[in-house]
Amino acid sequence: MQNKLTVSASPHIHSSETTTGIMLDVIIALTPAAVVSVIFFGLHALAVLATSIISAMVFEYVSRKIMKRSNTLGDLSAVVTGIILAFNLPSTIPLWIVVIGTFIAIVIVKQMFGGIGQNFVNPAITARIILMTSFPSLMSTWTQPLVTKTGADAVTSASPLAIMADITKSADIKAAMESAGLPSLKDMFLGLRPGSMGEVCAAALLIGFAYLLIRKVISPIIPLTFVGTVAVCMLIAGRGSLEFVAYQILSGGLLLGAIFMATDYTTSPINRKGKVIFGIGCGLITSLIRLFGVLPEGVSFSIILMNIFVPHIENLTTPKPFGLVKEKKEKNKEEAKA
Amino acid sequence: MAEKKSLRHEFTKGIVEENPVLRLVLGTCPTLAVSTSVSSAIGMGIAATIVLVCSNIVISALRKVIPSKVRIPAYIVIIASFVTMIQLLFKAYVPALDSALGVYLPLIVVNCIILGRAEAFASKNTVIASALDGIGMGFGFTAALFLISTVREILGSGTFLAGIKDLLAVFGDFSFNGFKIPFISENPMIIFVLAPGGFFVFGIMIALSNRIAGKKGKKKAELRGCEACPMAKSCSMVGSCDENKEEAQA
Repeated sequence: MQNKLTVSASPHIHSSETTTGIMLDVIIALTPAAVVSVIFFGLHALAVLATSIISAMVFEYVSRKIMKRSNTLGDLSAVVTGIILAFNLPSTIPLWIVVIGTFIAIVIVKQMFGGIGQNFVNPAITARIILMTSFPSLMSTWTQPLVTKTGADAVTSASPLAIMADITKSADIKAAMESAGLPSLKDMFLGLRPGSMGEVCAAALLIGFAYLLIRKVISPIIPLTFVGTVAVCMLIAGRGSLEFVAYQILSGGLLLGAIFMATDYTTSPINRKGKVIFGIGCGLITSLIRLFGVLPEGVSFSIILMNIFVPHIENLTTPKPFGLVKEKKEKNKEEAKA
Repeated sequence: MAEKKSLRHEFTKGIVEENPVLRLVLGTCPTLAVSTSVSSAIGMGIAATIVLVCSNIVISALRKVIPSKVRIPAYIVIIASFVTMIQLLFKAYVPALDSALGVYLPLIVVNCIILGRAEAFASKNTVIASALDGIGMGFGFTAALFLISTVREILGSGTFLAGIKDLLAVFGDFSFNGFKIPFISENPMIIFVLAPGGFFVFGIMIALSNRIAGKKGKKKAELRGCEACPMAKSCSMVGSCDENKEEAQA
């Protein structure tokens, strides 16, 4: 062990930053969206949220215990995974599917690869994708928020993204958007639209984003390049229609994915250049899937694909230590002389 | 006695410690393709085992006749003749299973397990040892397929042994056609019958078998400690040998 750790002379940098502290900040940032989702989708949303958090913690505890590793419940990472997974599910989802989801996220994706900091893809996103492929109809049954419901029961309706995939094919984008019956942009911003629990309310997600930025928990590079790339692609696809771009940014899980899932420390690049590549890649894949794919939404697939690319991005963008290049050149010269 | 013991080893090694699918990672393509249902997995296992045993016997019997330069084409011709026989038999007696296995039945010709055993074992060993090796490896292949397909069928379609009627058709007409698992059959996890689910189950099975085999491996490592070292008496590192062992394991 002694050979593996380099202990240098003082001074050592000390920071009060802890995993628990960071995770607590993320939970606080997620709270507005959680509150909104419970107000919008009612008690069942609360049940989904609670099931997700509790089962995530139980799986974390039990799997660590079985693998004879230290108890990591205290770092709150399981709580964050639980909340984010719940945000990715429709509010009508049966609770047993939520438990399967947290099992995949915590046991298979996270603990089987060594626990916090060791997973190569985002646990919550992987769980969402597996559930999406396994139970396609249950996972895409979205209801209107309770606030806007007109009848006795919340009605199932197509999400704005499903409507918009067809719009790009029509000749006149403006006319097509008006006739498509999309919710107004204000409603989209406030979250009065069908969708997964946590993704609907852009306002609440942006409040969380602002909090994370102020607390310096995340860097703004990935969310901005991610959303920016999608905006540019959609501007081209929508032939200059800014309204179309706004709808694309506010719909689906783009903001939730860009702010809370693409910025996961473990599965995103460390330095700035890498973050830019990561964000642009996510944005490109999302746009391609949204415009040309069979599925209406591509945020989760884009993030998981870029997660897999992260080691290669890191290799490409490793900063060169000062003086390293010169040394190499000199060596080459010496060799040439010899 | 020694001969007998090693013959028994030739048979048993294919089942756990050198399981062709889970330990040697051979025959991955048919494993993933036919393990969506238990009955087609068993059918595949039986077909591959018969071909494996027959080709092992013939290749081993001809091992001194076959010139080494053209041995691979020669093996393939031998294997292909047995595969053709099996395919005709399947078509005649279990036509439903034949159509369920589809192209993967004739593809046994290029199955890595069979070619691998021919090259690595049958071409160097006696007929009896090769036959036992074939039975053991075939049994290991079938067992691994059975394990993987059980998980995939139960979770992916909510049934167990569905379509077993086609396989039992050889013995007569049976009304039994598998179990339906309540609840799961109404909400199957479709991903498990798709390719990604196959890879998940395959990966987890390999991890589990590595863990089981890894425990056995540690015992061997202990023998390599200071007791096994002839220099132990004059060695200055006697006390620190335990550390080296830990590093080697890591």
